[in-house]
Amino acid sequence: MQEWANQLCENRQFGSKMTDSKYFTTTKKGEIFELKAELNSDKKEKKKEAVKKVIASMTVGKDVSALFPDVVNCMQTDNLELKKLVYLYLMNYAKSQPDMAIMAVNTFVKDCEDPNPLIRALAVRTMGCIRVDKITEYLCEPLRKCLKDEDPYVRKTAAVCVAKLHDINAQLVEDQGFLDTLKDLISDSNPMVVANAVAALSEIAESHPNSNLLDLNPQTINKLLTALNECTEWGQIFILDCLANYTPRDDRESQSICERVTPRLSHANSAVVLSAVKVLMKFMEMLPKDLDYYGTLLKKLAPPLVTLLSAEPELQYVALRNINLIVQRRPEILKHEMKVFFVKYNDPIYVKLEKLDIMIRLASQANIAQVLAELKEYATEVDVDFVRKAVRAIGRCAIKVEQSAERCVSTLLDLIQTKVNYVVQEAIVVIKDIFRKYPNKYESVIATLCENLDSLDEPEARAAMIWIVGEYAERIDNADELLESFLEGFHDESTQVQLQLLTAIVKLFLKKPTETQELVQQVLSLATQDSDNPDLRDRGYIYWRLLSTDPVAAKEVVLAEKPLISEETDLIEPTLLEELICHIGTLASVYHKPPSAFVEGSRGVQHKRLPGSAGSADSVDSPDTASAAGVSEAPPAVIPSQGDLLGDLLNLDLTPPTATGPPPAPSSGLQMGAMDLLGGGLDSLPPIPLRTDTPQSPQFYHQSPSPPDYSPTELGGDLGGSPALGAGFGAPPAAMPASFNAPVSGGLDDLFDLGGGVGMPMGSYSPPKTVWLPAMKAKGLEISGTFARRAGVIQMEMTLTNKAMSVMTDFAIQFNRNSFGLAPAGPLQILTPLSPNQSIEAALPLSTVGPVMKMEPLTNLQVAVKNNIDVFYFSCQYPISMLFVEDGKMERQVFLATWKDIPNDNESQFQIKDCHLNSDAASNKLQGSNVFTIAKRTVEGQDMLYQSMKLTNGIWVLAELRVQTGNPNYTVSLKCRAPEVSQCVFQSYEAMLKN
Amino acid sequence: MIHSLFLINHSGDIFLEKHWKSVISRSVCDYFFEAKEKAVEPENVPPVLQTPHHYLISIYRGKLFFLSVIQTEVPPLFVIEFLHRVADTIQDYFGECSEGVIKDNVVTVYELLEEMLDNGFPLATESNVLKEMIRPPTILRSVVNTLTGGSNVGDTLPTGQLSNVPWRRAGVKYTNNEAYFDVIEEIDAILDKSGTTVFAEIQGVIEACVRLTGMPDLTLSFMNPRLLDDVSFHPCVRFKRWEAERVLSFIPPDGNFTLMNYHVSSQNLVAIPVYVKQSISFFETGPCGRLDITIGPKQNMGKTVENMMVTIHMPKAVLSANLTATQGNYTYDITTKVLVWDIGKLNPQKLPNLRGSLSIQAGTPKPEENPSLNIDLKIQQVAISGLKVSRLDMYGEKYKPFKGVKYLTKAGKFQVRT
Repeated sequence: MQEWANQLCENRQFGSKMTDSKYFTTTKKGEIFELKAELNSDKKEKKKEAVKKVIASMTVGKDVSALFPDVVNCMQTDNLELKKLVYLYLMNYAKSQPDMAIMAVNTFVKDCEDPNPLIRALAVRTMGCIRVDKITEYLCEPLRKCLKDEDPYVRKTAAVCVAKLHDINAQLVEDQGFLDTLKDLISDSNPMVVANAVAALSEIAESHPNSNLLDLNPQTINKLLTALNECTEWGQIFILDCLANYTPRDDRESQSICERVTPRLSHANSAVVLSAVKVLMKFMEMLPKDLDYYGTLLKKLAPPLVTLLSAEPELQYVALRNINLIVQRRPEILKHEMKVFFVKYNDPIYVKLEKLDIMIRLASQANIAQVLAELKEYATEVDVDFVRKAVRAIGRCAIKVEQSAERCVSTLLDLIQTKVNYVVQEAIVVIKDIFRKYPNKYESVIATLCENLDSLDEPEARAAMIWIVGEYAERIDNADELLESFLEGFHDESTQVQLQLLTAIVKLFLKKPTETQELVQQVLSLATQDSDNPDLRDRGYIYWRLLSTDPVAAKEVVLAEKPLISEETDLIEPTLLEELICHIGTLASVYHKPPSAFVEGSRGVQHKRLPGSAGSADSVDSPDTASAAGVSEAPPAVIPSQGDLLGDLLNLDLTPPTATGPPPAPSSGLQMGAMDLLGGGLDSLPPIPLRTDTPQSPQFYHQSPSPPDYSPTELGGDLGGSPALGAGFGAPPAAMPASFNAPVSGGLDDLFDLGGGVGMPMGSYSPPKTVWLPAMKAKGLEISGTFARRAGVIQMEMTLTNKAMSVMTDFAIQFNRNSFGLAPAGPLQILTPLSPNQSIEAALPLSTVGPVMKMEPLTNLQVAVKNNIDVFYFSCQYPISMLFVEDGKMERQVFLATWKDIPNDNESQFQIKDCHLNSDAASNKLQGSNVFTIAKRTVEGQDMLYQSMKLTNGIWVLAELRVQTGNPNYTVSLKCRAPEVSQCVFQSYEAMLKN
Repeated sequence: MIHSLFLINHSGDIFLEKHWKSVISRSVCDYFFEAKEKAVEPENVPPVLQTPHHYLISIYRGKLFFLSVIQTEVPPLFVIEFLHRVADTIQDYFGECSEGVIKDNVVTVYELLEEMLDNGFPLATESNVLKEMIRPPTILRSVVNTLTGGSNVGDTLPTGQLSNVPWRRAGVKYTNNEAYFDVIEEIDAILDKSGTTVFAEIQGVIEACVRLTGMPDLTLSFMNPRLLDDVSFHPCVRFKRWEAERVLSFIPPDGNFTLMNYHVSSQNLVAIPVYVKQSISFFETGPCGRLDITIGPKQNMGKTVENMMVTIHMPKAVLSANLTATQGNYTYDITTKVLVWDIGKLNPQKLPNLRGSLSIQAGTPKPEENPSLNIDLKIQQVAISGLKVSRLDMYGEKYKPFKGVKYLTKAGKFQVRT
């Protein structure tokens, strides 16, 4: 203490400028003790200095909480500065010393009655910042008074205090009716109070997404617009953001709001400008395009956006991210402003990269020459990331503006000549894309590319080059040598390169079969035998099988025409774009993700959509864009990086789908094995226990943002068909059916058949989900589903996906009369609203007591689904095996008698091909679906199984299944009194056995 | 809203933190340090960062990072604008915005921060209002305060807080009434190798210094207001009148303020006041390169170009420069690889030239990148766009103020590519 006091005296003595930096110097021991003494000093001045010192320590992060009682003792003072300092301290430490903080309450309550409005406001403001539950009770009364204070300064402070209190104790705020008072403040006479009330309500509303706190109607809108002109810049931001949530009734109201908002575009605060742009961009949707005002508005938007780019780099960055959205939605606004996006060499890198992106978006035939000249300039800059992106940009220009493609290619060739390693590599990657966009046009450059083969050390560039060599193998004389050179270090390459190399060599082989037989064998054996990468191995097997069984088919598959790529690949998907336009100026617009994707604790964030329907209807109609919505979280890939069709197909599963948390359901292979082991002991065991350990057991419906394609149920049933499954889920090889590992066994036949695209019904006990109702037919609602019989109950299992932009609620379902009287046993249980891009699983138990009407085909079911938007109709077919009841086992004698009794005319015979189960396994498998084996006879190596099943409506079906060892073809004979069902039963047989 | 603020110096020490809601541990800054590490140059740190539970929005000013932590969806521009406002306020109060100055005045800064935000909502950001509540330190005041035990915190409600003109305090009195306006234009331009203009625009600003008694209502009109492509105004300017009559009508704040910013874009003709002839080349063989730069006047409206300066960021491989300047001095900083040629006044009779050789580290390949030239210059008494103020009228008060308008043209981001 002495030392510091001396120092202070010294300072005074010499009259030197007193600064606070001295507070930083005392760090020695006993400091707290010294401060304590000073705080309890009688001298006002000393007290103040001591508190200052405490605050200084606090601001640099030192713990001075031990001084709490001493500091609080200084609170009762008429010195405003000292009071404020103590308040500062209190706010910081009250939380850690709640009991002590109570001591301060009295002073607060007293201060709230002070004649000076500054002190009243300060008291209510500080009280709100003391985040201690006990204090909140004492806060209510003073706050209520302050909300109705005669002085607007106090009212506006109190408005914010409600938000603070809500943060600490939401229930209390509601119980005390503060929310209503706050709503009343929107009509306050003082614009500052209005702005703060709006700000507070907006913040509260964020944690209450479904509350109607900011109930906007034309009257409140009018009040907000009036306040907008007179409040502070920050208030304007709050009000504009609030206005953006309003949906005008008609285009006239929309126009009048726009007219009153446009002056904000000339505000010096860029946040005000951007919020105004948001309101205008949104409300503009409602204006008819032929309106004069519409054109005027478009013209007015450009200059302020350009001006934002002359601000500080941080502001520029946010502005650029938003402009990126705006030019995608309305390219006409900035189409003449290309030059402002030209990069300056001393722009920060994050600004450079964004500018580049927008330049490409604005590139058109009119300005492409300028753009290319700029891009070429950038390609010689220092910053590697930037140079790379510039080179890519040239490629994107070529793809976007067809007329410029030739120019772009020659620019790229110039760049390749520089021999700068990373430039060359990027150039080759983009040239590959140009080849895909304009096939058979620029192949003359291949020679130049090949010269640079050796310098490529990045996987993406190597893969691109290999793709080019494979794709144009017939024009490259030494293609085999080139590819062979890559083959030497095959195992050191990355997967991407390995896969590409495999495909390229297969292509080469198909084009020049005579010289390259050895090469293809080499690569196939490298891929299948020496690799432990399941993707590579599976692709290797597929090619192997393809080539060995049917080279013609192989040619058709491997050398198939590839879909052209287009510029659209790097655009934001339209529904997402519409949502992001509604969020201009927010974090969502910076990340280009919907707020629901990242805002913490956003329980069911309302998805915003643009008003008017012209644009939105289009986007829903296109199934492509709709399916893209599901994976919109991934950053938009520039261009699919894998070259060929098959490659793309396989690569879809290269990375495990992250959205699906749970491991796959026990695969059918395993399940089957287990049944084998237990033999007949499983007679009465319904299939359900085997499945209950899957997280997606049918009794629950659960919401998942993942697209339905990834649902574990389906993958479980899909094992044989999806060669990438092993990789997708990283399942150890042991979990695969044994046949999977033996290249020549019959198992691979299956693999080949399926891989080759032969469509076959799949599913172990229930077929995989199929799309029943596509989104484009149902205003964005997509339903896919299947039927299953679980524990004796028929279930209709559906995945409902919302691909529209608005929330869907109030789901209900109804069936038309059908052949077996299927009807919902209960209402459709979808309790939560379905947000856009969200999927929900629903299981609907069905009864068979509904009205009956014979349908064609027999198992056809017509369904009507209703939601808040409309009623939609679709029809689907259920496998008849769902109707097989548990007590379908006939007595032997009865069976014999019935078999004889049914006329032979009613017998029908079918063949089931390619089934590799032995008779016991088949019997067990069928039993799982309530097809009961009554007797088994073996005659001359042929097993005959006699089976019975009973439908829900009491119809019996008798079957004879003939299985010959070593012959994959089964014969089924069916006898039934109602022969119409035979065809359906046969189909079920096939489906059941093959899964 | 804005949750917390951390001030971080160049070397990555947090030297001040302020929380407007609950306290957030400073470990949240680790994500920022990570990004800072990655960006290498402090200018390149991305301004918006996402962490698992928070968002970090930062600005870099005066070798300091102002890092704010937010938790909910808040417009990032709002945060960035606010951070710049904090930096502006510190500058306004203490003359500069640096670590030293903030540490010297840490308690005042803390009080200011408390006044500027409440629960993360901006409270008072107008310098006029703040200064009424927390008086800026002056030597005189600190001496007086020490002697009398007075305080530098005002105890009356700032008059501007609630009036319709929040930017102006009531009861202003001056013995000399004066209103000065500076019209300052910056030329942003990119010229290519051959000297052709790739892009050019003018960023203009009108800075005002108004010391007038009472509640004056001013009207400023231009000879040629149609020049301006985009304008943004201080809140005091009546937008309706600008829209209708193209005049600036306003009740000014007291003291210094920015009246308006404007933008004259490339569509209009932007005059480029100088031309630059340059060649910088590196030879394939031999460790050297050549540099030759000549600068001459072009469209300078008959005024002298002053404070000419050329800055070049040389490629890393350039070790030293052996040059002769016919006018001015040059320096080459070996560590930052920056060549600066300070020319001074541009003499149209005898054009300044800088030429000589550059030596390159032996064994390194010829540099691939072409260094850009950054040009600085000033032209007094002219606004290069041709904008002219025609008159300033005052209503509402009886006295006759002194009035004055100054023009100045500067180079903004003026770059020549090689």
